[in-house]
Amino acid sequence: MKLKKLLKSIGVLGASCTLALSSLTTSAQEEDTIKVGVLHSLSGTMAISETTLKDTMLMLIEEQNKKGGLLGKQLEPVVVDPASNWPLFAEKTRELLAQEEVDAIFGCWTSVSRKSVLPVVEELNGLLFYPVQYEGEESSRNVFYTGAAPNQQAIPAVDYLMNELEVKRWVLAGTDYVYPRTTNKILAAYLQSKGVAEEDIMINYTPFGHSDWQNIVSDIKRFGSSGKKTAVVSTINGDANVPFYRELGNQGISAEDIPVVAFSVGEEELSGIDAKPLVGHMAAWNYFMSVDTDENNAFIDQWLEYIGNEDRVTNDPMEAHYIGFNMWVKAVEKAGTTDSDAVIDAIVGVEVPNLTGGTSKMLPNHHITKPVLLGEIQEDGQFLTVWETDGLVAGDAWSDYLEGSKDLKSDWVELDCGNYNTKTKKCVGATAE
Amino acid sequence: MRGGISRPNFQGESPDHPLKPDSDTTMALLKKSVCLWIALGAFLLTLPSAYAQSPAEPDFPTLVDELASGSLSKRGKTVEAIAATNHERAQTVLKALLEGSLESTRSDPRQVLIETGTDTYVLAANGEAVNADNLGRTKRIPIHNKLRSQIKTLLAQMNLSAADADVRLRAVEQMISDGVDGDSIALLQQLKADESSSDVQDAMDDAVALAQLESSDNETRLNAAKQLRGSLYPEVRGALQIVADNDSESSIRAEAQRSLDSIDSKLKMFRLGENIFFGLSLGSVLLLSAIGLAITFGVMGVINMAHGELMMIGAYTTWVIQQAFPNQIEYSLFMAIPAAFVVSGLVGIAIERGVIQFLYGRPLETLLATFGISLILQQAARSIFSPLNRAVSLPEWMSGSLQINPAFSITFNRLYILLFGLMVFFALLAVLKKTSLGLKVRAVSQNRPMARAVGVRASWVDAMTFGLGSGVAGIAGVALSQLTNVGPNLGQAYIIDSFMVVVFGGVGNLWGTLVSAMSLGVINKFMEPFAGAVLAKVLILVLLILFIQKKPKGLFPQKGRAAAD
Repeated sequence: MKLKKLLKSIGVLGASCTLALSSLTTSAQEEDTIKVGVLHSLSGTMAISETTLKDTMLMLIEEQNKKGGLLGKQLEPVVVDPASNWPLFAEKTRELLAQEEVDAIFGCWTSVSRKSVLPVVEELNGLLFYPVQYEGEESSRNVFYTGAAPNQQAIPAVDYLMNELEVKRWVLAGTDYVYPRTTNKILAAYLQSKGVAEEDIMINYTPFGHSDWQNIVSDIKRFGSSGKKTAVVSTINGDANVPFYRELGNQGISAEDIPVVAFSVGEEELSGIDAKPLVGHMAAWNYFMSVDTDENNAFIDQWLEYIGNEDRVTNDPMEAHYIGFNMWVKAVEKAGTTDSDAVIDAIVGVEVPNLTGGTSKMLPNHHITKPVLLGEIQEDGQFLTVWETDGLVAGDAWSDYLEGSKDLKSDWVELDCGNYNTKTKKCVGATAE
Repeated sequence: MRGGISRPNFQGESPDHPLKPDSDTTMALLKKSVCLWIALGAFLLTLPSAYAQSPAEPDFPTLVDELASGSLSKRGKTVEAIAATNHERAQTVLKALLEGSLESTRSDPRQVLIETGTDTYVLAANGEAVNADNLGRTKRIPIHNKLRSQIKTLLAQMNLSAADADVRLRAVEQMISDGVDGDSIALLQQLKADESSSDVQDAMDDAVALAQLESSDNETRLNAAKQLRGSLYPEVRGALQIVADNDSESSIRAEAQRSLDSIDSKLKMFRLGENIFFGLSLGSVLLLSAIGLAITFGVMGVINMAHGELMMIGAYTTWVIQQAFPNQIEYSLFMAIPAAFVVSGLVGIAIERGVIQFLYGRPLETLLATFGISLILQQAARSIFSPLNRAVSLPEWMSGSLQINPAFSITFNRLYILLFGLMVFFALLAVLKKTSLGLKVRAVSQNRPMARAVGVRASWVDAMTFGLGSGVAGIAGVALSQLTNVGPNLGQAYIIDSFMVVVFGGVGNLWGTLVSAMSLGVINKFMEPFAGAVLAKVLILVLLILFIQKKPKGLFPQKGRAAAD
């Protein structure tokens, strides 16, 4: 009996040894892989949104490996968890670039995490693909902004309201942090340049997770009852949206009276909540899951199969990663190497299909061209596209409507500068904010 | 087509079946009815081009089928044509389209159905029930805002002669917000003669006067401006403003200005009332979240940092109840209240027996230990329910608002929570003042050795008191689940406010808690409009600190020997 047991355990040991050996050999082979860093929070407050993007990246990498990898090598994802902790983002980036020696990083969600990562990426000459809509006013040689700049989301949305719905009074409501504040500053300047009087613009900020919207909604109602068509442009973030829309519904404000156009409410945010009080309100994005193109349907099928859950949704930042990853792949193929400088040179001008039926292109300012779509929220949490721009809109790093930023230009090909002042004919360099 | 419900299965016919001249439809069109004011010419123009050559207009079932296909703008025309048929099911179909319950099958020929419940459908055109099993997947017919407001307008026109006075009133109000044109003046005046409800008559007068403000006759404009004095419809105010600024006649401008002033003074009053209500409602939320703490902290002297998490447990209990009885959403809150009380109460007793009882008289250690417990409870919620917020549904009776007049309405959820907060307060007061448990609680909190000497089991009373305070926190959680997101962080948002209320009101005094919650709520809401939500909170804290400097024991300090130690 005992002997039998001993033999058995030796057998097990042997088997595990061979396993270990074989894994050793594979890892020896894998030294010849291309490493891709995935820098998304998997814990903490931002985990809700960012985990999806990590999964998207793993899916895209797996897909690319099935197609035979890149430059004849397999891609190897290196996933780290910065835990929604902004300084940790910088540390993890250093770890990815210095220790793991990844060739590109796909990551970040909030602007503050991007700002924290930026100096590290520049110092170690890495590549960062940033997939979320942001406030602009930034350009780095090492960062590629595949999400929307303000002129690819906020400005077209306001144009739609102004021209199609003939909105005359504006409520700019946002959560109190950098993205809403900068976006609202740009929007206020833009509206005033279009002849909207100051008393027709109401700006309101609330803290994160605000839940008592009674006065604000009643103020909006009063502001909107002056006989001029009124709309709310909302940069309200996260879960504060649920009580906000609820209060709108309770106070009897419907989307036909005062529509709310949100820049931070997408399919993912709507999937967890009862969308009834939101029906008819709008959101501006560069992608909707409901867009009916072959590319998009294929992407959705692939995603649902990969994640193994029929109820999951796709959203705009996922498409941004899809575009960014494909652009990087193409640029590496074009350059024939994963070397940062070569890729930075090669990627400008690269064109890849996006999911809404067009072709997005990387511009010299490291932003991309995207269509802008306006959708109305439906009962099922999806969007019905009611308007889209004629063609693609080129991302603009420096807003044309802000003092101090309208003279700046970003061009990493001809000027090799992220903030060239067209008036003084000088590159401002690192001092520009 | 009046009375033509039992049209035999039209689905079998080809989509463009021969149209017999439908005498019923023509009859209905000619009848003196609301339909009069959709001009016949406009109606013919809006007909889909496919039928333009056809001698008769498409009948109701065909039009309903057309809703399933085509672009949004074509759907808008079809909707108008449906309204113009004056078919008795037209209203039902349009309402279903507006509410998103109008669906179509995916296979051809497309059937248009109304979803009347989970997986039960009726044919939109005639109301016949259909077997849901052979339908395959259905698709909701999408509409956008433009179409939505168009349907609302059409429904309002149909509802002008509805039997229910409320429906008629809403129809007139819808007309006012859509803008009243010359044609409808005559219609409204005619309807007003037969109108029985004075509210509806007043609204009709306002609607007519609003339209007459644009008349070319000076006398009419002057009278209209006079008539509109005190009318609270936002559209009226906007129109009067335009007249007061731009009218060619100075007498009319002055009249409009006078009407405007009277409206504004009324509005000011209502705004004050509204602000007070908002303040009281915020106060009731503060009261609910602080009242449990008033017992554990106020009466027992335990600094319980896990109080917020006990509310969170109550909120999650509501969610669990709703998941367990998905068809009883309307009654779920009544089940959730006792359930949350019991669950949170038991957790509270467990905390007291497991940790706090060893730490009495050591406030710093209690604070740290309960803070640790709060973190454990939050993480437990994350592990059990996921870090995502859970969607707690609002029962029908909790949504919407009580419309007192066009300028002043009270939302039902806030109103009920205000009443509920007061109920909980008085129930708790009664428990403490009238029951034997209350007597023992007061005895132990005032003089523990003496209470024990007369035979009170002090440690049992401690556990019960803590359980009571925790249970009340659970009930507060049920109320909060109706106002805010139910997630692991729910408690954190309220813990500071709760302590603030208890300290301000005076530790150990329930009445103080009530007064302080309500006054903090009202002060906050009066500051918010000009200070902003963020600054208002900061100002409140600063004021509170200054107040505590002056009166360290709060609004209603305890007097006598109990307060000495």
